Amino acid sequence: MAETLLRPRPDEPAAGILPLRLEGVAYAAGGQTLIGGLSFELGAGSRTLVLGPNGSGKSLLLRLCHGLIAPTEGQVRWLGPAASAARERQAMVFQRPVLLRRSALANVTYGLALRHVPRRERRERALEALQMSGLAPLAQRPARVLSGGEQQRLALARAWALRPEVLFLDEPTASLDPAAMRAVEAVIAAIHAAGSKIVMTTHDLGQARRLADEVLFLHRGRLLEHTPAERFFAAPGSAEARAFLRGELLW
Amino acid sequence: MSDIAAAFDQALALILHADAELIAIVLLTLRVSLSAVALATLVALPLGGALALYRFPGRKALVVLLNALMGLPPVVVGLVVYLLLSRSGPLGALGLLFTPGAMIFAQFVLVTPIVAALTRQVIEDLWTEYSEQLRSLGAQPGRAVFTLIWDGRYSLLTAVMAGFGRVSAEVGAVLIVGGNIAHVTRVMTTAIALETSKGDLPLALGLGLLLIGLSIAINGAAYLLRDAARVAHG
Repeated sequence: MAETLLRPRPDEPAAGILPLRLEGVAYAAGGQTLIGGLSFELGAGSRTLVLGPNGSGKSLLLRLCHGLIAPTEGQVRWLGPAASAARERQAMVFQRPVLLRRSALANVTYGLALRHVPRRERRERALEALQMSGLAPLAQRPARVLSGGEQQRLALARAWALRPEVLFLDEPTASLDPAAMRAVEAVIAAIHAAGSKIVMTTHDLGQARRLADEVLFLHRGRLLEHTPAERFFAAPGSAEARAFLRGELLW
Repeated sequence: MSDIAAAFDQALALILHADAELIAIVLLTLRVSLSAVALATLVALPLGGALALYRFPGRKALVVLLNALMGLPPVVVGLVVYLLLSRSGPLGALGLLFTPGAMIFAQFVLVTPIVAALTRQVIEDLWTEYSEQLRSLGAQPGRAVFTLIWDGRYSLLTAVMAGFGRVSAEVGAVLIVGGNIAHVTRVMTTAIALETSKGDLPLALGLGLLLIGLSIAINGAAYLLRDAARVAHG
């Protein structure tokens, strides 16, 4: 199955929407700056893990990048040649998946319908995504009766079926047991292998070590590090990151 | 007390004998109220959903107004619809006055705000849960309204049943625009009012018990349907 997803598709131009650049981005609510002074660029291909203690602004950063909220200062810009199609070339999976009260298959075809995929293609693409996520036998089950891990994999399948160039994941395994977490990580790895850029938050350092190519380290709404994963874990540049890696930085 | 005991006897006798006139009254009652609720549902679900999702100036005032309209006095609605439908009124040409159509129209006006206001609340609550996911998938509000209506279908059934309860129990509007004409526009509530004024209290109460029984039966059926669907679809 992996070959069919990897195969170049005639309906998609080779040109992408990446890189993504944030320039002086800040977000304030209720007179309080929750995140500020963000300037960085994310390129294609790599898996970017956003790390930081609770309340450091990880989820907020993802929502700003994905365009769910608008920054109160600065700019979020897609710089690739296909930037005008940025909205449709990205997808996001949330910590708590919101699944519709319909079958697993219909949840995936719904996403495809919103992207104007022709009706006759939807079912095939949805089944393919379910297959890749190990959910093919559950295609006809109501999504809301699936287990937590299955629901999260279904949310991944729904995002994947859209063949996003960039996939944002907000703590996708936060409330899962170890087996379900491994299953979700395997699906994320397959999506990455099929060519999607991964931008993901986690508070699980083990998971970050397993998945990260590069790390964005946030602390109290400030970006303290943007470094390759190896360097981050071996020799973090900031005192806060060192404390975080020792498990001593709680907020 | 004897009146109440007699009423139960009457109700039982009405059901057992099932005379043709009573059956006609029951069927007309169901036809009028169910038609009004069905038409109101078609209008009120999208209306309430749109009010939940779209942001525009005056929205809050509209929500307050809609909530207030849930308490519309049936006699006032009856009077306004009467004026609209009377021979010299703007809709007089339709010739609907003193027909079941006029009663459906009046009850439609009564029930639409109820279903719309309750829908607005249900959909607004759902939207807080679904908003980010649906926007991420690329759903425009026009599409999201119908997605949320479908996902909230079990809660919305309760809203629709509340509307049905309201119209099947009201007498003022149908009396004014229908006229309580035997065999044409007489429904259970107007029949009860008539028998009460004629002094046949046991018959009036008997009809009343039957009306309550019908309402329980319809609500029970809706509840069972919802429960079965919930088990099947999560």
